[in-house]
Amino acid sequence: MTRYILRRVWYMLLTLFIIATASFFLMKILPGSPLNAEDKLSEEQKEIILEKYGLNDPVPVQYAKYLGGLVQGDLGVSFKFDNTPVTQILVDRIGPSALLGFQALIVGSILGIFLGLMASIFRNSPIDFSSTIIAVIGTSIPSFVFAGLLQYVFAVKLGWFPVALWGTFEHTILPTIALAIHPLATAARFTRTEMVEVLHSNYIITARAKGVAESGIILKHGLRNALIPLITVLGPMAVGLMTGSMVIEQIFAIPGIGEQFVTSVMVNDYPTIMGTTLLFAFGFILIILIIDLLYGLIDPRIRLAGGSK
Amino acid sequence: MSKLLEVKDLKVSFNTYNGEVHAVRGVTFDLNKGETLAIVGESGSGKSVTSNAIMRLLPEPHGFIKEGQILLEGVDLAKKSMKEMQKIRGKDISMVFQDPMSSLNPTMKIGNQIMEGLMKHQNMSKTEARKTALELLTLVGIPRPDVRINQYPHQFSGGMRQRVVVAIALACNPKILIADEPTTALDVTIQAQILELMKSIQQKTDSAIIFITHDLGVVANVADRVAVMYAGKIVEIGTVDDIFYNPKHPYTWGLIGSMPTLDSNDEELFAIPGSPPNMLTPPVGDAFAARNQFALEIDTVMEPPMFKVSDTHYAATWLLHPDAPKIEPPDAVKHRMQGFAQTGTKGGGKR
Ligand SMILES: Nc1ncnc2c1ncn2[C@@H]1O[C@H](COP(=O)(O)OP(=O)(O)OP(=O)(O)O)[C@@H](O)[C@H]1O
Ligand SMILES: [Mg+2]
Repeated sequence: MTRYILRRVWYMLLTLFIIATASFFLMKILPGSPLNAEDKLSEEQKEIILEKYGLNDPVPVQYAKYLGGLVQGDLGVSFKFDNTPVTQILVDRIGPSALLGFQALIVGSILGIFLGLMASIFRNSPIDFSSTIIAVIGTSIPSFVFAGLLQYVFAVKLGWFPVALWGTFEHTILPTIALAIHPLATAARFTRTEMVEVLHSNYIITARAKGVAESGIILKHGLRNALIPLITVLGPMAVGLMTGSMVIEQIFAIPGIGEQFVTSVMVNDYPTIMGTTLLFAFGFILIILIIDLLYGLIDPRIRLAGGSK
Repeated sequence: MSKLLEVKDLKVSFNTYNGEVHAVRGVTFDLNKGETLAIVGESGSGKSVTSNAIMRLLPEPHGFIKEGQILLEGVDLAKKSMKEMQKIRGKDISMVFQDPMSSLNPTMKIGNQIMEGLMKHQNMSKTEARKTALELLTLVGIPRPDVRINQYPHQFSGGMRQRVVVAIALACNPKILIADEPTTALDVTIQAQILELMKSIQQKTDSAIIFITHDLGVVANVADRVAVMYAGKIVEIGTVDDIFYNPKHPYTWGLIGSMPTLDSNDEELFAIPGSPPNMLTPPVGDAFAARNQFALEIDTVMEPPMFKVSDTHYAATWLLHPDAPKIEPPDAVKHRMQGFAQTGTKGGGKR
């Protein structure tokens, strides 16, 4: 098992290196420069700034410097934002994003699984139909529309929650819901489909023939088997949360990574863009690793495949 | 002999988009303590539906018992609620299914799958149940049960899985074991092993077995009595000897006549032409008439009742009516009947 994890970590590092390289060169190819907007600077001043940030060095030298910094955990210094180290910016901003993402994932998957389960048990009942409607709405309406709607109804009109910004738990509720609706819909749809299929399988009949009570059939024999395929969509779901956070954080003015990313792109703050990209990439890869490990935990057929051999 | 199970005029239907499928149309039979009754018949004749009805495992409400009684020691199972059935299934009656590859829960250790019934029906503690599960695994011939008990189904071969399924079914010493084509999905040598296993276990536990198959060859080896089903009805029922030495129904002739033989490969087969009727609209009269070369005129008008051949032997064909012409089984069937007598298919059974 440890060997398996070590190997995976090695692949992770390799992937990160490739992404770092790709994003570095993409930044170089992109038109525009961090100085574009500031027309008031004289040529001389611009020259000084370019020199200061090493932007006049040949590209290979810049690349080597960048990698050298990366290895030491130094993502460079932001071109904007008062020359703060990028690492510092990310550390300051990861809290709200992580909290939101976590809350949304928990709320979305638990409610979604519950909803899908109910729909599968009470098939073709009002519960089933409402679950389908929620699933359709959740998957088809973009989260920013939903976020705006929530903001308008529950914050502006009803005044139950703060409109935006960050601080207390109340501030997290609306963005969490906005972010959770998509994973909730996915989980509900998936759970229902899988449960219906699983409940028709032969081993469920075997369990019934043993005299297992209906609750045991559904929870002990059904749900676990239905959840295995759900793990496969957990990955895309979590990725959706990360990208979704860029929009949601912007709408609710939450000082998180997503909002930072969007702002940095607007002003061509290369080091911050690259740092954020790397962080996102790291998040994705980590999630994939966790999902693979989770798979082994829940599905005995996969458990031994990579590990003890 | 005491009657353990009496099925009386059982009718089972399925409501489908096309209408009502009359899958079982009045089945009557008894099962005595400790005996093995084989139910044979073509695909679609209603064997599985009959056994699922006894277990009340029909996909209710669209599959339902329309009429009839299923008396287990005098108590009608057809009237039980699902809650009450949960106490009977796995305890009084249990079942072994056709496909061992899919009839075990892939994410549950086989030990737990065996222990589940024990803990529910016998109120055993986990430790007791585990001990019993180990004994059961030994009983069904699984080597190294102490290791195997912690493994998952995918770590077992098909034959071994079927042994596990048998262990699960036997866990609570059921009065009746229903085996629905338990060996069809297995290769021949494994088939023989599983049959052997079931026979030896029956001798130890004295449970009655309903053995469903479409392989008459297997029947002679395992059964005491045989019920032949066609289009949702039992058309002939009797002891193994009755059915193999003195078959009366042309459909039974067809089944026997289409059995492969070893002695001569050029011997003609007496196969049954055509295909079974559509159970959405079962034919009037004898359902077998259309495929029966010996059909009488009355067959298309009126359904034959069960004629008594002997105390143990009944068949539903107008050919047994006193006024009917005397018709002998075709030669291919006779040859096989003689073959049974020579090789002693008789007593291939247990007693
Ligand atoms: N769920 C169902 N819905 C509708 N019709 C069904 C259903 N289950 C069985 N039937 C019908 O009932 C009839 C009897 O089927 P059954 O499964 O009992 O046959 P069988 O004798 O067990 O055949 P086999 O040897 O193939 O297992 C068939 O005509 C089948 O189409
Ligand atoms: Mg069947």
